[in-house]
Amino acid sequence: MKTLLLTRHSVLPGFGLAMGFTVVYLSLIVLIPLAGLFLKTASLSWPEIWDTVASPRALASYRLTFGASLIGASLNVVFGVIVAWVLVRYSFPGKRILDALVDLPFALPTAVAGITLASVYSENGWIGRYLAEIGIKVAYTPLGVVVALAFIGLPFVVRTVQPVLEDFEPELEEAAACLGASRLQTFLQVMLPAMVPAVVTGFALAFARAIGEYGSVIFIAGNIPMVSEITPLLIITKLEQYDYAGATALGATMLVVSFLLLLVINALQRWAWLRSTQR
Amino acid sequence: MASVIALSSPVRSRSTAATTESPAVRRLLIAVAVLFMAAFLVLPLAAVFYEALRKGLDVYLESFANADARAAIRLTLISAAIAVPLNLVFGIAAAWAIAKFEFTGKSFLITLIDLPFSVSPVIAGLVYVLMFGLHGWFGPWLQAHDIRIIFAVPGIVLATIFVTFPFVARELIPLMQEQGKEEEEAAVLLGAGGWQVLWRVTLPNVKWGLLYGVILCNARAMGEFGAVSVVSGHIRGLTNTIPLQVEILYNEYSFAASFALASLLSLLALVTVAAKSLLEWKIRRDQQIAIRESVA
Repeated sequence: MKTLLLTRHSVLPGFGLAMGFTVVYLSLIVLIPLAGLFLKTASLSWPEIWDTVASPRALASYRLTFGASLIGASLNVVFGVIVAWVLVRYSFPGKRILDALVDLPFALPTAVAGITLASVYSENGWIGRYLAEIGIKVAYTPLGVVVALAFIGLPFVVRTVQPVLEDFEPELEEAAACLGASRLQTFLQVMLPAMVPAVVTGFALAFARAIGEYGSVIFIAGNIPMVSEITPLLIITKLEQYDYAGATALGATMLVVSFLLLLVINALQRWAWLRSTQR
Repeated sequence: MASVIALSSPVRSRSTAATTESPAVRRLLIAVAVLFMAAFLVLPLAAVFYEALRKGLDVYLESFANADARAAIRLTLISAAIAVPLNLVFGIAAAWAIAKFEFTGKSFLITLIDLPFSVSPVIAGLVYVLMFGLHGWFGPWLQAHDIRIIFAVPGIVLATIFVTFPFVARELIPLMQEQGKEEEEAAVLLGAGGWQVLWRVTLPNVKWGLLYGVILCNARAMGEFGAVSVVSGHIRGLTNTIPLQVEILYNEYSFAASFALASLLSLLALVTVAAKSLLEWKIRRDQQIAIRESVA
């Protein structure tokens, strides 16, 4: 292993053991099972794959999954930046609690998020009742999917933007103010460009998470085929009908999308890192 | 992803009149942030406890006396008790190899460790069904030997391990990279063995990060729904974890019982979030002490 991976000489022991365990465990738990999905897909015939992946029901589920994820992640960008800004720059009572609560969607089990969002946003729920009065139905509609995904994605944008705002040099703002820029101009032309890589990375992370999300969505979505059925749910439906070929084809499609997003996110993070070290 | 889950130690910034907004704008922004957080985080969280306690404390407590609920709690504890230590050992091994040694393909390895983050939980369950299910690669062999993995406890444990796989590793890798390896090298030169270095030097240096990694890993292990739902088969009293039991009760309109179990998981989430704040504060304090000592 050592010669294979070209380790530079080190006095510390245990590389072989640590690396060996890492690679074996990673392969057994993650890599081999994922490879199994692609192998299984390869054993299907093209028409078989195409009929599932391009069926109207599947296409409708992609539209909902990607569309709602896009809207949810965009909401996260708008409100995530405001929340991050407020948490870094201002002080107000309850700020530390608010800061801690940002991580809640990350720690709260998705099923719990799902049932409680469904109850709060249903027609007689705490918020849903007021929205119903003005004619907006949230729970059991595609809008409910957006609400669940906006909940799930919030920490991603806040937690990627926060450090950038914390490290932002006040001298730059002062210089802009001295040169006669208004606050809005300083924000748009000085601070925003510095925040862009972090915002885009946060958006991509929230979007990637939203696409695969299942637990928080299914309780609030209504799950009507062609209307409010997300792709992960369609995979489960296929499995429950013992349509393993269909579930495999859909699963492989989603996995490919996830891998592409992972590549994009890695590139974005490298870009953000380069931008932050150049300054 | 790492930046999202990792503990941070921020430096507070300061502002002067020229570099802050007018009070009106400031108040407006705070109001928007607070309202958004209230609508999306605080009210849903409060609703869990409200719905759970709505029919009184007796009904709430009765929900936990139910045999199926107890079986679900037991199974959740068992699967977390297996998944968390395994991922802890993996996290330490991976962080040791990645942070203390140079090798080609390091960033690729880190990407592979991150993979379970970007895979939908439903797919995490699906891959195990395709491996060990009746129609899977090992299905016929497992059936011939009368071993059940899918729709049984081993499948639930496997799915839980998959979903919580990167948590400890992702917490430890950046921390241990930051620490460098001078202290370990000094220990080795002074005659310490590998395990001694790990126990006495490396782990004490990263203890708070390690603790948070374990707490987060545990919260996710106990709360996992999608992946476990695919492999569980939903057999009451046998293969239902707490989140699955929450789903079943909810779909049966037993809202009080469903939210009662959900309140347990919400408490766990609150403890996790509080632990993060506390540990961040501790790390910040340790750093300040270290800075003061190095100045003195």
